[in-house]
Amino acid sequence: MEMFDQIFSLLGASIRLATPLMFAAMAGIFSERSGIVDIGLEGKMLISAFASACAAYETGSPWLGLLAGILVSVMFALMHGYASITQRGDQTISGLAVNFLASGLTVVLGHAWYGQGGLTPSVHDERFKSIILPGAEWLGENVPVVGPFYEQVISGHNILVYLAFVSVAAAYWVLFRTRFGLRLRATGEEPNAVDSAGISVAWVRYRAMIVTGVLCGCAGTYLSIAQNAAFQREMTAGRGYIALAAVIFGKWHPKGALGACLLFGFLQSLETRLQSVQLPLVGELPSQVFSAIPYIITVVLLAGFIGKAIAPKNVGVPYVKER
Amino acid sequence: MSPILAESPRWVRIGLVPALQLALALVISSLVVLIIGEDPVQAFAIMIRGATNLEFGGFHSTLYYTTNFIFTGLAVALAFHAGLFNIGGEGQAYVAGLGIAIVCLLFDSTLSVWLMAPLVILASAAFGAIWGVIPGYLQAKRGSHIVVTTIMFNFIAMALMSYALVVHISPLGGNSTDSRYWNSDAVFPKWNEMMPDAPFSLLNPTLILALVCCWLVWLLVWRTRLGYAIRTVGSNPHAATYAGINASRTIIITMAISGALAGMMAVNEVYGAQGRLILNFTSGFGFMGIAVALMGRNHPFGVVLASLLFGALYQGGTELQFEISSINPQMVLVIQGLVVFFTGALDRLVRGPVEGAFLRYQLAKAKKAEAADAAVAGGN
Repeated sequence: MEMFDQIFSLLGASIRLATPLMFAAMAGIFSERSGIVDIGLEGKMLISAFASACAAYETGSPWLGLLAGILVSVMFALMHGYASITQRGDQTISGLAVNFLASGLTVVLGHAWYGQGGLTPSVHDERFKSIILPGAEWLGENVPVVGPFYEQVISGHNILVYLAFVSVAAAYWVLFRTRFGLRLRATGEEPNAVDSAGISVAWVRYRAMIVTGVLCGCAGTYLSIAQNAAFQREMTAGRGYIALAAVIFGKWHPKGALGACLLFGFLQSLETRLQSVQLPLVGELPSQVFSAIPYIITVVLLAGFIGKAIAPKNVGVPYVKER
Repeated sequence: MSPILAESPRWVRIGLVPALQLALALVISSLVVLIIGEDPVQAFAIMIRGATNLEFGGFHSTLYYTTNFIFTGLAVALAFHAGLFNIGGEGQAYVAGLGIAIVCLLFDSTLSVWLMAPLVILASAAFGAIWGVIPGYLQAKRGSHIVVTTIMFNFIAMALMSYALVVHISPLGGNSTDSRYWNSDAVFPKWNEMMPDAPFSLLNPTLILALVCCWLVWLLVWRTRLGYAIRTVGSNPHAATYAGINASRTIIITMAISGALAGMMAVNEVYGAQGRLILNFTSGFGFMGIAVALMGRNHPFGVVLASLLFGALYQGGTELQFEISSINPQMVLVIQGLVVFFTGALDRLVRGPVEGAFLRYQLAKAKKAEAADAAVAGGN
């Protein structure tokens, strides 16, 4: 029982840590499937985390916080879109600019408004709280194994965690079961074909950017007012890039990316739990190993040593209509 | 006799357009200052004074930051010439710090600065080169995209360095996340130690190394066979292969040199200024190199000018917080982001209309001259 308890609490923590990655990875899939490289996931998460923390503190409502986070993130996504689609600029550079701007603006504005070195005042009642699903406590006490699993792994998360899973299902459905999704994927592979079918490549890509912005907004909001109770400087700490790694690891597919996010979330929760624990065969692993693993396996995967990750064909290529 | 000019004048392309883009970035940063409720004109005045004053070492500190930006800017610029976008300068410089730490920990009690300095420079270049050449190899031979690999390598470097520092280096003396100070006889003297009259600053002889590197990069890119190969691969890898240039070898060598250049930034920080290895000593200087290279149009001379500019912004930004406490020094990141945005991603926004206007003006002038010629001819 003791062992199950530990495993279940580890799994619960993994899901909580995987949530922002799931939102951001879906955001990355929408963007990249439409043909736009987005290394600005990190920046959009950061700025939305800040916006939602401020809005939740000022208005007292986490939902208004979420709305503010999404709005700001969409604005940044559209800025990236304007540079990448309309101005046909370098998408990598534009994404980097988004990241620089977000990491500068959050500290500058946070410092000026609240004067706590970039921190926002912490919110207590104005954040997303855990939801105990019906019957969790009773099942946890009375049904062996399945009960505690239900209580600790499935129940007890805040609404955004469940929303993240919904977003994965929705991303799958939109991308592979709707007309918009078909067009979006086609835009990333063969924009010429999309254009000759009389569909505006730019408009498809702008809509993809809006979806990306909304999802990054959810990811950032989750970080600041669901997982934590305030915005901290650089609180995304590379999660946008891990999400990008998950997109690649999941081969630009929501299902694969979900698996990758859960794996990376699991690794992150191991990182905190395995500190100064003696493992069989290897002994005590330095915690840095766990933080490096997502990046290392992405490099290995990209290099084609385990399977091959093939990006959408026209990702990163601005579409020029006239010849 | 109408000259069809494909390009606008050189001073417009490399002078006016970047200046306008910078101005645009500064105008928008001023809006941010206004939002905070401060006076942007006053803020910029303080920044300029803070970055250029001689009596309190403002200008010296500007030059010290400039040194960092020259290295990381050159690294990005050189890779750009081969068509590679090296975002990994941050990680390459960080790992190079480890090379310096190893050399210093081993020899700083036995060797003098004259022997240490070359060793340290070599070690930093070698470690940086290793961290750059792996993504280069993976791009050239395995087809993985250099942007993603270098990003990942930045994070792997962070994990590696915090492991090396916390577990292995700090126990040898020093705080939990720093190394011990290197023996002061073995490190570069600072400018104010060499010039007793000079005010205190972290400026040290690494600046000379940076300027030499600029000249070497210029020589490499425009005066050598390898440089020609780099530029050819950068403009068209297929044509380069067709012309008998080994494109993948060129990519690998370019990334090694680029990594070495970024790595030498650590000489300024770890060996010259701080005199010890500190956690996260790169603090974004590697990323700043991207803005520097874009602003400097990938030319070593442009990189020096852009580095001076960003050095001044950085130093001015640090001064700013003492005068106007509500403005955080991270303001420089906002400016950096905007500069990257306007000179890199939105390049066409300013360049298109400005260069177009000059082209039209020249065309009109040529037509007028032609008409005048025709009139003269008709008169005869």
